[in-house]
Amino acid sequence: MKMKLPAMALSALMIASPVMADLVFPSLSYRTGPYAAGGIPFADGYADYFTLLNERDGGIGGVMTSVPECETAYNTEKGVECYESTKDSGALVYQPLSTGITYQLIPKTTADGIPMHTMGYGRTSAANGKVFSHTFNYPANYWNGASGAINYLLSQGDLSGKKVALVYHNSAYGKEPIRTLEELSKKHGYDLTLIPVDHPGQEQKSQWLQIRREKPDFVIMYGWGVMNQVAVQEAANVRFNMENFIGIWWSGSENDVLPAGDAANGYKAVTFHGVGDDFPVFDDIRKYVVDAGKAAGNGDQVGTVLYNRGLYAAMLAAEAAKTAQEIHGTADITAAMMRDGMEALEITEEKMAALGLPGFGPAFKVSCENHGGPGLVGMTQWDASAKKWTMISEFGPSDMDVIQPLIDEDSMAYAAENKIEAGCN
Amino acid sequence: MFYREAGDFKTTYTDDNQTFPIKFDRYRYYVVLAVAFGVIPFLINDYWANAFLLPFLIYSIAAIGLNILTGYCGQVSLGTGGFMAVGAYACYKLMTGFPDVNIFFHIIAAGGITALVGTAFGLPSLRIKGFYLAVATLAAQFFLVWLFNKVSWFYNYSASGQINAPERFVFGVPVTGANTEAWATYLFCLVFLTISAIIARNLTRGMQGRKWMAIRDMDIAAEIIGVNPLRAKLSAFAVSSFFIGISGALFFAVYLGAVEVGEVFGIQKSFLVLFMIIIGGLGSIFGSFAGAAFLVLLPVVLKLIGVDLLGWPTDIVAHFNLVIVGALIIVFLIAEPHGIAQLWRVAKEKLRLWPFPH
Repeated sequence: MKMKLPAMALSALMIASPVMADLVFPSLSYRTGPYAAGGIPFADGYADYFTLLNERDGGIGGVMTSVPECETAYNTEKGVECYESTKDSGALVYQPLSTGITYQLIPKTTADGIPMHTMGYGRTSAANGKVFSHTFNYPANYWNGASGAINYLLSQGDLSGKKVALVYHNSAYGKEPIRTLEELSKKHGYDLTLIPVDHPGQEQKSQWLQIRREKPDFVIMYGWGVMNQVAVQEAANVRFNMENFIGIWWSGSENDVLPAGDAANGYKAVTFHGVGDDFPVFDDIRKYVVDAGKAAGNGDQVGTVLYNRGLYAAMLAAEAAKTAQEIHGTADITAAMMRDGMEALEITEEKMAALGLPGFGPAFKVSCENHGGPGLVGMTQWDASAKKWTMISEFGPSDMDVIQPLIDEDSMAYAAENKIEAGCN
Repeated sequence: MFYREAGDFKTTYTDDNQTFPIKFDRYRYYVVLAVAFGVIPFLINDYWANAFLLPFLIYSIAAIGLNILTGYCGQVSLGTGGFMAVGAYACYKLMTGFPDVNIFFHIIAAGGITALVGTAFGLPSLRIKGFYLAVATLAAQFFLVWLFNKVSWFYNYSASGQINAPERFVFGVPVTGANTEAWATYLFCLVFLTISAIIARNLTRGMQGRKWMAIRDMDIAAEIIGVNPLRAKLSAFAVSSFFIGISGALFFAVYLGAVEVGEVFGIQKSFLVLFMIIIGGLGSIFGSFAGAAFLVLLPVVLKLIGVDLLGWPTDIVAHFNLVIVGALIIVFLIAEPHGIAQLWRVAKEKLRLWPFPH
């Protein structure tokens, strides 16, 4: 109890620090722990894009941006601490890059009036903006990803009577697609086997033995961090055909396949944005950020899949901020204005081209009813000899006939549990 | 000067037997209570509640619980995380099953359920000791986490396997859910901590505590002088699990609001609470507070110094945090095996003699 006094004094000092006039985009990153391999490139991409805006354009609408970083180690308690320590600094939007932290922050951000963008992760039913007023998960969510993987398999042949195994991280994140895959299995007539892997997923011998025994035709994986590398390696060990192994976008980065070497050749992953670094924006990143020595982290991640995703997340946040500035006619926006900007966000092909990212992601429009975007999903494949991911199918629609009822059902259950009046005002 | 009995005359046995027999100590205790209940609620903000005070209060309850089992009764347990999970899930099921009952009773009931589970897992302690018991409780840890992940009844069949605390009120003030005020959650946990600490303190200095300590010091000798090992050990497991269950329930309902069992109540949690009582001091209620405060405050302070003052990269600071905690545990084990509580005791002795140490 005696320790509290110096702590309180320190807190008083913290609170007294000057109010920043920048546009603040806090980055709840994780550069340590078993998920660091995924957290580092994403955080670098996120920070570098804002650095680029500051260096090249002088910020957004003339106001400089700042990206205070806070280490969460993918841990929900630290995530909460990070959120509390940054929310009073004028934070405009949160992107925690963790489904666990997202669940924690959905009620908190809604109560505090700060929007949260969980791009391709988090609570899928947050796509229903009528219930989740401050949570956005455009342009695609977990269920779109699951449906995208099944659609890809359907394009390769009939699925009835085939066996599909889902290898998943035994957490809220990994469990998300189960409902969707079950519904789709009724529709398309495949057998679904569920194979959970416990955190952090370094030990998967028994899971892959089971796969070897049951010989599923296809394996879909929802993994993250060290679990991905181990799974790809184990799949290679049991000689599972990599062509029939599909990961979600969180299981489809260079870090996941490089350790397995040539054996990983042909492994596939769904995606909702472009891969590679042959987009004009990367020239600017190199010129203004990396070569100027202002890159986040080691600056060696430019152009990797997760770096691109961080950059895409930052780009969407910056565009939403621009939209907010236009709507409210002020450059110095608040979190509430940012929310309006996100809800009115429209990404067109021309806008993407102007930003130096032509064809990087699908064109879409957010509305109050739909915080989830169109859910367009493409497929990428790993080429082990060239050490590159390549797009092998265009962004295509996912099965919203199955997904939309699930979203409505889950979000309405949330609304009932928390006594939220659903509706757009 | 300080902590002197001199001039503090006691005329009744009740006076002589009170928790803080020295007047100065007693007043210090009243001041701490007054500050905790009367001053901090007016100063508190969201950041300090969620970053430090709530985890401190809740971990203190868990540390008191584990200290009763490990520090007082000598039964090493690595199942703390699992028992906290029992408390959390019991609380969740009660909150959703009986929404009209006050959350206060849910949390106490959650502690009771955990006590039953803890007693069941305490049965092996009658046959095995030391490291082997640690392994048996480790099994409890993994089994319980697996159970809450596997059986969807525990999380009301939600698609994600997460449990979310619905909004609940005490005297019309929300203490769980999103719209809580910092002072309300703080006071709610503080009430539980105060009651727990008073109960624990009085149990451990009474006959029950002496039985536990006798078992800890030498179980055969204890049996010979008439301590029933079955009842002593199982009661230690029950009381310890009760407090740990309460802390798990508060951790879920008040502090986090949403919980995923594998991540929040994993083996790291068991070790964290164990480190708290090792650093704080085994067999000491004050040690539970000190250890919890130390391990909760340390990362926050390191982060404030490293990231906010010195501007170091966040990952370096996070790695330093691990190094420093590890080093401190080694230092404490070598230099002061009885923990911060012993430092406090020594300081008190010095103060008693000061300014004439001879």
